[in-house]
Amino acid sequence: MSSPAETGPPQYVITAENLTKRYGDVAAVDGISFSVPAGEAFGLLGPNGAGKSTTMKMIGAVSQRTSGSLSIMGLDPDLNGPEVRAHLGVVPQQDNLDEELKVRDNLLVYGRYFGLPMSYLRPKADELLEFAQLTDKAKSKVDALSGGMKRRLTIARSLINEPRILLLDEPTTGLDPQARHILWDRLFRLKEQGVTLILTTHYMDEAEQLCDRLIVVDKGRIMAEGSPASLIREYSTREVLELRFGSERNASIGAELEGIGERVETLPDRVLIYAHDGEAALEEVSVRGLRPVTSLVRRSSLEDVFLRLTGRSLVD
Amino acid sequence: MSAVTTSHSDADAARNRKFGPLYSRNVRAVVARGLMATKSSNWMVMLSGFFEPVLYLIAMGVGLGAIVGTVQGPGGGEISYAAYIAPALLAVSAMNGAVYDSTWNVFFKMNFSKLYQGMLYTSLGPLDVAMGEIFLALLRGLMYATGFTAVMGLMGLLTTPWAILMIPAAVLIAFGFASFGMGITSFMKTFQQMDWINFVMLPMFLFSATFYPLSVYPQYIQWFIQAMPLWHGVDLLRQISVGAFSPATAIHVGYYLVMIALGMLLTTGRLRKLFLK
Repeated sequence: MSSPAETGPPQYVITAENLTKRYGDVAAVDGISFSVPAGEAFGLLGPNGAGKSTTMKMIGAVSQRTSGSLSIMGLDPDLNGPEVRAHLGVVPQQDNLDEELKVRDNLLVYGRYFGLPMSYLRPKADELLEFAQLTDKAKSKVDALSGGMKRRLTIARSLINEPRILLLDEPTTGLDPQARHILWDRLFRLKEQGVTLILTTHYMDEAEQLCDRLIVVDKGRIMAEGSPASLIREYSTREVLELRFGSERNASIGAELEGIGERVETLPDRVLIYAHDGEAALEEVSVRGLRPVTSLVRRSSLEDVFLRLTGRSLVD
Repeated sequence: MSAVTTSHSDADAARNRKFGPLYSRNVRAVVARGLMATKSSNWMVMLSGFFEPVLYLIAMGVGLGAIVGTVQGPGGGEISYAAYIAPALLAVSAMNGAVYDSTWNVFFKMNFSKLYQGMLYTSLGPLDVAMGEIFLALLRGLMYATGFTAVMGLMGLLTTPWAILMIPAAVLIAFGFASFGMGITSFMKTFQQMDWINFVMLPMFLFSATFYPLSVYPQYIQWFIQAMPLWHGVDLLRQISVGAFSPATAIHVGYYLVMIALGMLLTTGRLRKLFLK
């Protein structure tokens, strides 16, 4: 089945080079390049309109690229759409379950779309219902399911063809914390089984939890690439000191804090000081005679990296 | 750099496919889905579609027919008014069913339930989906036509074995409308635009020689109506119902064959534009 690749270098299931998608004059994806080795959990992060979903659609072989090259399992999705899609599982941003069919039938019918035989699908559907913790809902109608159940059913459905690559577009948006954790657990299990995960998310904790490696995209371009830990090392400090002086004074006090830590960022509601040692920075603040209303020392997170790279202004 | 590749037969499969990424030879999966959905939720809609022409036939044919008496049918023979309008009502119901299935139904699945979006993330291509939906529309049309023809028989409106051919002819009419309807729906973006479809359908139903002969119109209106698809369906079924064939029969059938071919071309072209962008 697989090519006679020499052992050693990683085997890439997805390779994109200068991948570009234009709608008229607008470049939704503007020449991005990345490779994803088999079995990796790879994240695409970025604000709304950054080009994440467009990239996902091109990988999913439902949107044709304008230029550049893209290879999925060694196939060109523009030429081999049906074959590429046969290796993919897709969890779209919005659930698009078949509301006219019952829960188990959703899995069976979806499998038929891949041309799979019923003798394979019947046991597979039961196995996936078990995996999605929906066995007792097998005969329910789809609209009787909760948001978390629908999401799990969508994921179960995406696994019916035993995909090598699973595309997840904001998989946990709109779910409560319990449902998110169940979902993360299921995704970890898939990763353990060697499924390559490609996911977009707005939740930085989710990206830190799930992704081995990620790219931050903005305006169709890659702003940064690496593991969550390496991105934090590269684009932020080890710790962050958050100070609140009251909305009136935050702006004016920013200047008086200059020189503490590596970088000072003044926000409307608080002042952030990026420093290797947050406690030491806090001491320095009081040495200068400044008395914040509240102060908090925390570790740097991916969110700090994200906001630094893509800016704090609202994107619509 | 090495890449995980799949078997070469995958790439070959693509080269051998006529419509490239549009088609994966799996229309039956779409049909199976439609049948399953009908079984669990849609059968009420189906039942109402069967009764509509029957109610018209009783009200107009029996009720109005009591005043009208007999009229001249194709071929010159005198037939009851009910026997005159029954084939026309069958043609109308074939049109309505096919248009509903290929417009409103497709519009909803395309824009609201996102059913097609899910299907197209699988191995299916847009042409599999389109052909599956059209096939389902025709299957429904076949059931309605069979039921309605049986009702005509029970009411004593059938006088010739030729009449059985009304069933396949009704399916032909449905095919013509379904293949066009789907292509047209692909242009529609809002509910308001969808209403235009009714705006075309209702006058076509009322004026296509459905309830009275074409000869009541002045010549230029006759030409206009003869250019419309429903008139060909009405006249075709009316001829078949009494077994009175003429060269016009072949023209009617030819009209629908051309309509099917053009409709499929339109639909395929639109699917290419919509889904392979």
